[in-house]
Amino acid sequence: MLKEKIAFREPTIQLAHGAGGKASRRLIEGLLAPYLNVSELNDAAYVQIDQAQIAFTADSFVVNPLRFPGGSIGELAINGTVNDLAMGGAKPLAIVTTFIIEAGLETEILEAEIKAMHEAAEKANVAIVGGDTKVVEHQKADKLFITTAGIGLVDSRVNLSAGRVKQGDKIILSGPIGDHGITILFARGELDLEANIKTDTRAVWPFVSKLIDAAAPGLKWMRDPTRGGMATALNELARDAKVAIMLEEEAILVNPEVRGACEILGLDPMHIANEGQFIAVVSEEYADTALKAIQQVPGGEQAAIIGEVFESDRHIVLSRSSYGGTRAIDMLVGDPLPRIC
Amino acid sequence: MKMRFVDEFRNPELIRKTLDEIERIIEPDDHFRIMEACGGHTYSIFHFGLQELLPKNIEFIHGPGCPVCVLPPGRVDEGLEIASKNSDVIFTAFGDVMRVPGKKGSPLNYKAMGTDVRMIYSPLDALNIAMKNPDKKVILFAIGFETTAPSTAITVLKAKELDIDNFFVYSNHVKIVPVLKSILDQPNMRIDGFIGPGHASVVIGAHPYETIAKEYKKPVVISGFEPLDLLQSILMLIKQLKNGESKVEIQYKRVVMEGGNVSALEIMNQVFEDRPAFEWRGLGAIQNSALKLKPEFSKWDAEVQFNVEKITIEENKDAQCGEVLKGMLKPNQCKLFGKVCTPDNPVGALMVSSEGACATYYNHLYSTMSL
Amino acid sequence: MCLAIPGKIIELLDDNLAMIDVSGVRRKVNISLIKHENVQVDDWVLIHVGFAMNKISEEQAKEQLQLLAEIGEEQEALAEVKGYQFE
Repeated sequence: MLKEKIAFREPTIQLAHGAGGKASRRLIEGLLAPYLNVSELNDAAYVQIDQAQIAFTADSFVVNPLRFPGGSIGELAINGTVNDLAMGGAKPLAIVTTFIIEAGLETEILEAEIKAMHEAAEKANVAIVGGDTKVVEHQKADKLFITTAGIGLVDSRVNLSAGRVKQGDKIILSGPIGDHGITILFARGELDLEANIKTDTRAVWPFVSKLIDAAAPGLKWMRDPTRGGMATALNELARDAKVAIMLEEEAILVNPEVRGACEILGLDPMHIANEGQFIAVVSEEYADTALKAIQQVPGGEQAAIIGEVFESDRHIVLSRSSYGGTRAIDMLVGDPLPRIC
Repeated sequence: MKMRFVDEFRNPELIRKTLDEIERIIEPDDHFRIMEACGGHTYSIFHFGLQELLPKNIEFIHGPGCPVCVLPPGRVDEGLEIASKNSDVIFTAFGDVMRVPGKKGSPLNYKAMGTDVRMIYSPLDALNIAMKNPDKKVILFAIGFETTAPSTAITVLKAKELDIDNFFVYSNHVKIVPVLKSILDQPNMRIDGFIGPGHASVVIGAHPYETIAKEYKKPVVISGFEPLDLLQSILMLIKQLKNGESKVEIQYKRVVMEGGNVSALEIMNQVFEDRPAFEWRGLGAIQNSALKLKPEFSKWDAEVQFNVEKITIEENKDAQCGEVLKGMLKPNQCKLFGKVCTPDNPVGALMVSSEGACATYYNHLYSTMSL
Repeated sequence: MCLAIPGKIIELLDDNLAMIDVSGVRRKVNISLIKHENVQVDDWVLIHVGFAMNKISEEQAKEQLQLLAEIGEEQEALAEVKGYQFE
């Protein structure tokens, strides 16, 4: 019975399986989820403890370089974790964390990251309540890997499920896309490109909290478009909700430097990672109220309605340009790679 | 913020106008099969959703102008074998090459397993890596049409000037006109005219296409890549076809000059010479269609300096890349399309790069279908 | 087949290099292929794999847009005239 559900037949695990795109999805849905009997895949899982609905999430962070303009691995670890909880409609409460450290790492580097985590946690109003530390031989890890687990209390007013997403629902995006991924690409230094650009890493709970206050009954689905970018998040929505999505290209904000980088490198901003944005699907009735609620929180001014949900047999994401041309927005197979052709 | 020389050519009003003009001059009985030679054009046509905006009786045949797609299977393996067998070798390539599947995996797979594979943006980056790693041998896995070949040539000249002896070029540079002629020579070929490659023509100019216009009587319009460029080129082609003309015209005048870029041509000819024949994936061997380093630069020629073991991989007999390139089949009419051959697991050439005809088709297949 | 994009020269450097700007992104590019064109700061060039391939002609760009803007104007004028006749 179980064997039949195991669709993953690839002989080895490759980098693409961890890149958040199609290959990741094949691995998770074809091998991991069936064995673990997990049916709904979301940023955070729900656990009922007595009367309390708890959101529970885990995340790992492997970033090269560890520090980059606007942030670092420690800050990402906290924000990434609280954002996964927020996407489940939960107020983040507590985090535990583990470190896998490569022998020889300068203490100074570790210290800086712990400090960054502490500061990010204070800012996000969440407690780091425990952890574990392992050190591995030189070259058995790349400097520092951080794993976190977090819990949050689900707001009883929300009912999030892809199954509720219907024709006419609006898609709200919290701000400009692609800043994080392009920052990291530049920070690696391989491409010799420079720009005044920094990661967008931040905790999004303040926005989500106001969004819930204003529009909980109309709020149906949320996701933070991290690795794999908007394209992956929206394609997952289309698939899980069995709908099509039509985006208005002009409504999706892209900072000039991100656009320039994408033009030079032949990349699509829709495939680039974000660490401080989120997508919310809201019923038409509540869409304007929801948008205003996000816009009123400092940092949410650029939020916009970027598209709409359609009923369709084809569970795809389309984007319409100002002159009426439409294109399909597909998920990537692996990480986005610069191209010259 | 607007991007200059880009956004003006995406102006909705002018796009509408140009489309209307195309609609106006095309008649219901017309049927034009236009090959866009360049993968960049294929990408633009789908990316900007132009196909569905244009009248149905304009049919695009997606051409061979994607250097990654036409790379013969085995070529990437040869380069990677050198790198994986010699721990002092660094293999460098453009991002485009990193996912091309070899027999034992792509450059990315090799990198993940420990081979020193590095992605570069410019051929000069590879030379810099060589200079920073004097105890290593750096191989530049060079790809591209005439657009890219001059950049490789300058890099080789620079290596010579600076007397750098740990930098080697594995040249896979190819030429556009020989491959177009080879397609025109195929039986059952169904192409009425060409949208000529804009950026390769910045280097080679308009003259090399004269033979296509004169001998094969097919019009060629050298085009830019923005929606307005492509639409204007289509308009120019249709006008020629309706008038029974076959001329070479330049639409992309803001960068393409009739005589091309003379310095670029000079430098290219100084460093490279034609190979007698080169294998193209899906098309077979084509004479004088590719470039290798001249003997006086053999010191920097990876094929000369390393004992390259020729690796030939049988192409899947069911792959119908050739028919797709000739315009006899649409990508999705190939037996393997979407089933055996996908962007995840490409069998044929045209599925390899995101601008290959089949991959583009696969990724955008549904965009033309209404919701 | 080949990705090339417009960038503006913001500084001329030694060794046949120039700093270019594309929508706020900067990179050093090699300008030896367009040396003969007397390249200046503020010139717009077409960039491919870190090399400037050609200067971009503003004049030609304008001409193209002008030409396209004029498309169909004759027909519109004609239609207008016809419109008047109906009155």
